[in-house]
Amino acid sequence: MSKLTRFGIWVVIAVLAAAAFAKIALDHGESINAAWLLTAAVCSYAIAYRFYSKMIAAKVFALDASRATPAVRLDDGRDFVPTNKWIVFGHHFAAIAGPGPLVGPTLAAQFGYLPGIIWIVVGVALGGAVQDFVILASSVRRNGKSLGQMAREEVGPVAGITALVAVLGIMIVLLAVLALVVVNALKSSPWGTVTIALTIPIAMLLGIYLRWIRPGRVLEASAIGIALLIFALYAGQWAAAQPTLAAAFTLSGTTLAITIMIYAFAASVLPVWLLLAPRDYLSAFVKIAVVLALAAGILIALPPLHMPALTQFTDGSGPVFAGKVFPFAFITIACGAISGFHALVSSGTTPKMLERETDARMIGYGSMLMESFVAVMALIAACALTPGVYFAINAPASAIGTTAASAAQAVRQWGFTLDPTQMQQLAQEVGEKTLLSRTGGAPSLALGMAQLFSSAFSGSAALAIWYHFAIMFEALFILTTLDAGTRVGRFMLQDLGRHVWEPFGRVSWYPAVVLSSALIVAMWGHFLYQGVIDPLGGINSLWPLFGISNQLLAAVALCVGTTVFIKMGKARYAYVTLLPLAWLTIVTMSAGWEKMFSPEAKLGFIAHAHVVEGQLAAGALPAAIKSVADARRLIFNDYLDAAVTAFFMVSVVVILADSIREWTSVLRGRKPAVSTEAPFEVVPVPGD
Amino acid sequence: MTTTQVIRLTRNRLDRIATVVRRIIGVPDYDRYVAHARRCHPDQPVLSRDEFTRQRMVERYSKPGARCC
Repeated sequence: MSKLTRFGIWVVIAVLAAAAFAKIALDHGESINAAWLLTAAVCSYAIAYRFYSKMIAAKVFALDASRATPAVRLDDGRDFVPTNKWIVFGHHFAAIAGPGPLVGPTLAAQFGYLPGIIWIVVGVALGGAVQDFVILASSVRRNGKSLGQMAREEVGPVAGITALVAVLGIMIVLLAVLALVVVNALKSSPWGTVTIALTIPIAMLLGIYLRWIRPGRVLEASAIGIALLIFALYAGQWAAAQPTLAAAFTLSGTTLAITIMIYAFAASVLPVWLLLAPRDYLSAFVKIAVVLALAAGILIALPPLHMPALTQFTDGSGPVFAGKVFPFAFITIACGAISGFHALVSSGTTPKMLERETDARMIGYGSMLMESFVAVMALIAACALTPGVYFAINAPASAIGTTAASAAQAVRQWGFTLDPTQMQQLAQEVGEKTLLSRTGGAPSLALGMAQLFSSAFSGSAALAIWYHFAIMFEALFILTTLDAGTRVGRFMLQDLGRHVWEPFGRVSWYPAVVLSSALIVAMWGHFLYQGVIDPLGGINSLWPLFGISNQLLAAVALCVGTTVFIKMGKARYAYVTLLPLAWLTIVTMSAGWEKMFSPEAKLGFIAHAHVVEGQLAAGALPAAIKSVADARRLIFNDYLDAAVTAFFMVSVVVILADSIREWTSVLRGRKPAVSTEAPFEVVPVPGD
Repeated sequence: MTTTQVIRLTRNRLDRIATVVRRIIGVPDYDRYVAHARRCHPDQPVLSRDEFTRQRMVERYSKPGARCC
């Protein structure tokens, strides 16, 4: 292709992206087609990948295919294994993609689609994908060191320890909020509960199959597993139609919360081959299949978006979660735009697999663009619902009441329409008793996806199966993260506790294993339980905490990245990481501040505690709270949430201050710019 | 091409796809480990498939970085 043609193609892509964004931002008609969002996203990704990531690869890191990677130099047949870049790409994508990019955009849809689409696309191009790529490349140059190790060695011990404790804190909040999403999706839903419960024996069956019946036949076992999952889907439908079974599996939020805690505890102490590993394989298949199916569904259906570009809830009065569009849209959508958690994956198994250094660009930057695309699809699925239905599902009972009539009334007051009988009928069509106040994002995403799938592939008769299929895979992802996360959290806790009491750190001493697992479950379980009984709906307090903590980790990663740049003598390119770092600092600090000190009881933790204290002093109880003891617990939890927020904010300040100190001393020449990169070695020529 | 050739070709191709899929979902690659151990550490004993798989799994679920939200 001639230079001119290539130039022409890129001009066309740029014009398309700009035109699509202009249409999205300026169109004030009834509804806009999803195709515009897809075009804006895909064209922007192409430009960002072709130009920005190439600039980072060439100018900043000077990635060199002839420089031997850790996988090549340290090949041990286990961790360090040179692997084809497409395989690493798939592996890395399966590791970073999870429920996060699906739930966040669904919740943020309360502001309309405009803030979401802009943040997902711009955030990923200049922030998220940059972070993943920079950390991956830095780790590859340092023999696959982890983020914590790099923070300690590049920035300093203070940043290193803060990062370590912060990761544990984030883990706890993440597990709690994800568990809450599952609880809310399964609450009073016998179909969903039976299907999800069945996935546990299915995974164990596969574990046994892989261990004793046909050792190592993973694909065979997975095929059986997928067939059994489909069976579980229909078994759930059958059980929900049997009055006694349906009654037995219609569980309250608190019962489900305790069940999930017991499950995660068991998964953490049981051998991994029995439950975790087979479940993980299944989940990886389902994940990739669902992402592909969602893309196909959206491309075939190309649904119109019924949600307005901007709703009136940008002013902070939204029922899904409290807070203005700034900063809360940027906290709510973490995964998909920028997610600090990815820095752990990018400095975990992936850097040890790269065959060539230059692959880091496609794997680090490219996979994150894919994840961002998943977030765009989730946003489309949420905005394709009519706003009335979306808000009836996602607003807590404290905002819309408990009947279809009261929900319709509330929705009308917000300026949208909702037909109460239609809402009832919709619940019936998806095989649920009710869809009102099914908060947490999963049910509305499932409904959005079910409508897409049935209009693209089947017909509305299969709506219930699609809905429960979507619920099943979301819960499958989440439970996989939950059990593996609890186990990882247990190891981290043991590692920290080792310094206090040596025997606690022994990973194969049963009492220590049980104690540390119980502790970690108790920690996230507390937040989960508090979320379940919270009259404001739990998601309102927990999701922002998760967003803040995830963005804190991203700030750590970007601090490490900036330090790496400066020590490489590439300070003039520091803007690449400083730009997203500055934005994240502004966003996390202002969101954290508002969550703590906002005078509005719905938004600020402390203000809410004061309101409940006032009610108690006056001899009254807050709505939906039954006893004084419960009210006192509510107050305690508010202060706890405020303390956790404060901890995350202080961590940001500490790491930032430590980093700036390091940057200035290197830039001013007080400290020599010593690179910690592994020395350059040329790739051995085969046959030499 | 004879039928047996076609079958063999298809099998080969399926095997290769299966290998790719296994590695994407993170199944420990025992054959590669054995090849490596024989080549680089001929003096040391080679783990059995069961031992190797168990060791890799324990490793995978003991530190953050194997997965995300």
